[in-house]
Amino acid sequence: MEARTQPTTHATMLGRTPPGAAAPAGSAPPPLKAESRGLSFHYGKFQALKSITMPVHEHRVTALIGPSGCGKSTFLRCFNRMHDLYPGNRYEGEIVLYPDNTNLLDRDVDPIEVRMRVSMVFQKPNPFPKSIYENVAYGLRVRGVKNRNLLDDKVEASLRGAALWDEVKGRLHEVGSNLSGGQQQRLCIARALATDPEILLFDEPTSALDPIATASIEELIAELRRQVTILIVTHNMQQAARVSDYTAYMYLGELIEFDRTDTIFFKPRRKETEDYITGRFG
Amino acid sequence: MTYVAQTPEQIRGLIAKAKRRDVAFVALGVVALGIGFATFVALFVDMLIDGWARLSPEFFAQFPSRRAGQAGILSAWVGTTLVMIVTAAVAVPLGVAAGIYLEEYAPKHWVTDLIEINITNLAGVPSIVYGLLALGLFVYAFGLGQSIRTAGLTLALLILPVVIVATREAIRAIPGVIREGAYAVGATKWQTVRDHIVPYSMPGILTGVIIGMSRAIGETAPIITIGALTFIAFLPPAPVTGDFPFLSFEWLKAPFTVMPIQMFNWTSRPDEAFHANAAAAGTILVFMTLTMNALAIWLRYRLRKHIKW
Ligand SMILES: Nc1ncnc2c1ncn2[C@@H]1O[C@H](COP(=O)(O)OP(=O)(O)OP(=O)(O)O)[C@@H](O)[C@H]1O
Ligand SMILES: [Mg+2]
Repeated sequence: MEARTQPTTHATMLGRTPPGAAAPAGSAPPPLKAESRGLSFHYGKFQALKSITMPVHEHRVTALIGPSGCGKSTFLRCFNRMHDLYPGNRYEGEIVLYPDNTNLLDRDVDPIEVRMRVSMVFQKPNPFPKSIYENVAYGLRVRGVKNRNLLDDKVEASLRGAALWDEVKGRLHEVGSNLSGGQQQRLCIARALATDPEILLFDEPTSALDPIATASIEELIAELRRQVTILIVTHNMQQAARVSDYTAYMYLGELIEFDRTDTIFFKPRRKETEDYITGRFG
Repeated sequence: MTYVAQTPEQIRGLIAKAKRRDVAFVALGVVALGIGFATFVALFVDMLIDGWARLSPEFFAQFPSRRAGQAGILSAWVGTTLVMIVTAAVAVPLGVAAGIYLEEYAPKHWVTDLIEINITNLAGVPSIVYGLLALGLFVYAFGLGQSIRTAGLTLALLILPVVIVATREAIRAIPGVIREGAYAVGATKWQTVRDHIVPYSMPGILTGVIIGMSRAIGETAPIITIGALTFIAFLPPAPVTGDFPFLSFEWLKAPFTVMPIQMFNWTSRPDEAFHANAAAAGTILVFMTLTMNALAIWLRYRLRKHIKW
């Protein structure tokens, strides 16, 4: 029940009404899936994130927007401890995952465990040079799944979930890197879905794709929020408006404003947000 | 004042000038390649003509002899094959493991930098130095004898730097996003290494192994230093036996000779007939090297076919 009390806590911190309060009567704010609390991040001596406090609502899409270099990717990659792969990086603050209140950034929490719960899709499609089947099954294999039937079922379900099944069902054992860019990205989404993650992170998932492939990925993201909580970094304002329920505007490592997407786009509280949204930003 | 070509004539003139350089460079490249290739072909054909008469099945099946007409390379090619097997069996796992450790596990600081510089330098150390080291270490200190295992270990040391450097370069060529992709689904370091790093770097590692083995197969100095025989009329014990457990490793302890030493022995005799034997043996050594390379290139092609990003 801890989770349900969080939005209030959070809103108090930002000094405004809870997100979703402006929604039409009857739609209560969704519960929290995670919350970043006073998160700062350092690449060696350089501080890339400055005390970010932001909620992540369950089964909703949260978009991170902001000018290049403001720390969107850095923030996103804190959620699956990707920064732990490189020396010299340092976190402060916490990212709490609900309902079990695990602090993902805790030194005692293994980053492997975090990545098993929080999956990621990258900017550039990065299928392994293995078969389509093995790409999707890999997350299950590292979890020790050997049962052939279970693997087959999961691979099919994930490929269906990523809207790729019909295009590849006849050639599951061909190499994944032979697919088109959009198909490769959907393959990567299937790979991330196969392990039933609680949160799915997307870092500009369509920036390397053409408009048609982009539209199909956006459609997919809108579908996927039924099963999973989504955080997405995007440079494309229309994309944020189209796919997300909540939007966070970041600038120079700080969270400037967080609110429901329609509020951010139509009634932003802060002048900086409005300038950025309307393109008056430098 | 215009510094940039503007009119179509000027632009065409510029392109023509640049293209003349292209042609000049291509010509230079063809000449350089031609010189290298012609030298190899001339040497090889000359050797083939000299040795042609001696190339027969008996030549492979006979031991060396005092009479040139009856001498063969049986002990030499068997010795070379066995030594190469030991060399590969030692150098590949050690070199690959060291390369992976340095690239994936070792912390990056001045100690690893120092190790890196030294490994690169080791690749340039004259082979006779390895021979002397092996004589002191393997033959005298460890008491491994003047045997196939000593020769294999010596040549393994010799090619280890090449295998390590090739492994590290192959690993570095793997894009970071592929590695991150594996970690992102929850793989551990070891799973990432086993399922991705090793398979994707295999073609590059194989290239390093080919280069190393081609160098090792022709080495004479370190093998003579550790005391290979120049005249040997028996074979090492067979690796497969009639009795349980049917496998024997006694051959590792056997004295031996190798192809380059056999050739060296024959060329240093006054009798012309032995020189033909040396030429024939040289031809076969070249074929052994080419076969080894062909096998590795085919393997590399097979492995690389599916690896692209
Ligand atoms: N590995 C790193 N080491 C040091 N500084 C880094 C590193 N990665 C990013 N930075 C710095 O951190 C800041 C935030 O970078 P980040 O990649 O998070 O920005 P971003 O908002 O995702 O930008 P973009 O929209 O261009 O992807 C930038 O100033 C960047 O230069
Ligand atoms: Mg980014």
